[in-house]
Amino acid sequence: MQQRQVGLPAWIFVPAALGVTLVLLPLVGMVSRVEWGSFFELVTSDSALTALSLSLRTSLVATVLCLLLGVPMALVLARTSFRGQGLVRSLVLLPLVLPPVVGGIALLYTFGRRGLLGDELDALGLQIAFSTTAVVLAQTFVSLPFLVVSLEGALRSAGARYEEVAASLGARPTTVFRRVTLPLVMPGLVSGAVLSFARALGEFGATITFAGSLEGTTRTLPLFIYNLRVVDPDAAVAMSLVLVAVAVLVIAFARPGRSTW
Amino acid sequence: MKSLVLTAVLALTLPLAACGSDSDDSSGGGDKTTTLTVYAAASLTATFEEIGKKFEAEHDGVKVEFDFGGSSDLVTQIQEGAPADVFASADTANMDKLVDADLAGDDPENFATNTLEIATPPDNPAGVAGFQDLAKKGLQLVVCAPEVPCGAATQTMADNLGVTLKPVSEEQSVTDVLAKVTSGEADAGVVYVTDVTAAGDAVTGVTFPESGDVVNTYPIAPVEGTDAEDLADDFVEFVLGDTGQQVLQDAGFGQP
Repeated sequence: MQQRQVGLPAWIFVPAALGVTLVLLPLVGMVSRVEWGSFFELVTSDSALTALSLSLRTSLVATVLCLLLGVPMALVLARTSFRGQGLVRSLVLLPLVLPPVVGGIALLYTFGRRGLLGDELDALGLQIAFSTTAVVLAQTFVSLPFLVVSLEGALRSAGARYEEVAASLGARPTTVFRRVTLPLVMPGLVSGAVLSFARALGEFGATITFAGSLEGTTRTLPLFIYNLRVVDPDAAVAMSLVLVAVAVLVIAFARPGRSTW
Repeated sequence: MKSLVLTAVLALTLPLAACGSDSDDSSGGGDKTTTLTVYAAASLTATFEEIGKKFEAEHDGVKVEFDFGGSSDLVTQIQEGAPADVFASADTANMDKLVDADLAGDDPENFATNTLEIATPPDNPAGVAGFQDLAKKGLQLVVCAPEVPCGAATQTMADNLGVTLKPVSEEQSVTDVLAKVTSGEADAGVVYVTDVTAAGDAVTGVTFPESGDVVNTYPIAPVEGTDAEDLADDFVEFVLGDTGQQVLQDAGFGQP
């Protein structure tokens, strides 16, 4: 629907432009430091590729976990009502606003060797700290709320009308979910998944606190860049640019306009 | 419009830039507070905070602020223009970087030495008794990354003794290694003698006879171009003097 443009006060453009500058200027600053001559060589070094591949693998697994856990969570939050639902919603969205390093400490004292579940995990022969599993766990922890928020929003704006119609025609709940609900909210689901993936890819604080840093096992791209910036700043800048490129792609896929049609 | 944006950016950032250099009055006259910013290796955290307090007590209107971190991190930040007045490194290699960049205001002076020690959780669950034990299969070993001084020293020690270490994590600073040990995640971590002393009951220290073979020397220097040049020199002298040396020795540091 086309709305009539209401004029904005002219002064509002100044802080708005300032905000845009604040976001873009550091990127310009970083790009100005890129050594283009050796760029390709730097981003394709063995340890860079190891970190990149570890990051992509763990982020993909984390995104799948987010889908498996987050879709049911969003459905329960959007389509049911129970006492304390508001509280539950606030709590599961906590990782969204929590400093990641705090998340890392929380994970450590839960899944660590001396944590809440340490003995049980030990009895099962599972050791999570310092493993790739720890990386995935940290990434899932921080990125799950992104999927839940996107999908719950999509579910609420889509409404339950079609689902009610399908049910009244005799479709069973699982059929309704599969044939009506999912296709209806697919754009929201996709953008939520892409956002979760991006958040997982950028995860740093919880990972370094909980999982440690070892090449090929736990040293994901952000940790690699953190390590690299003191020994080889040129390579760190080059790898950072790779992550910026990924981030731009992610925004192109998941910009808000697409999720709401 | 373009110039408007530029003006606005400058208006926003200039006051911030001014905050960074409030140490312009090094004579410290009247009731004006002068701030001295000291960048120091993470392993100096406890000792330098104490030395800082004693320094403040002897200098009216002076406030000493610290930034503790991995020496390699700190020297990189100074090279990028961080407002440090004094730099204290945990090894000579990172101080050399400062000197090579013409950023040392004076010749660096060595003020302390430190050697390695193994830290384990209080009950030493893996029964580590010496450096060779760190190569035990299944041992959860955490060390510093090779680019930070404690990691370089660990690597040298391992090479000297012909021990192949397979750490589960390489941390960015010695305090990060200690954190993994005190939380019980790691069975053992290679840190400095002084870290074990500072950690108290939180860890059990395991000394090994070869530790004296690899000694880290700590140099300190004022940073070139500091606004508080006299004060920076004073602080360096203070660390090298009786009071500073006493604090360092109490914490387990050796004399250079």
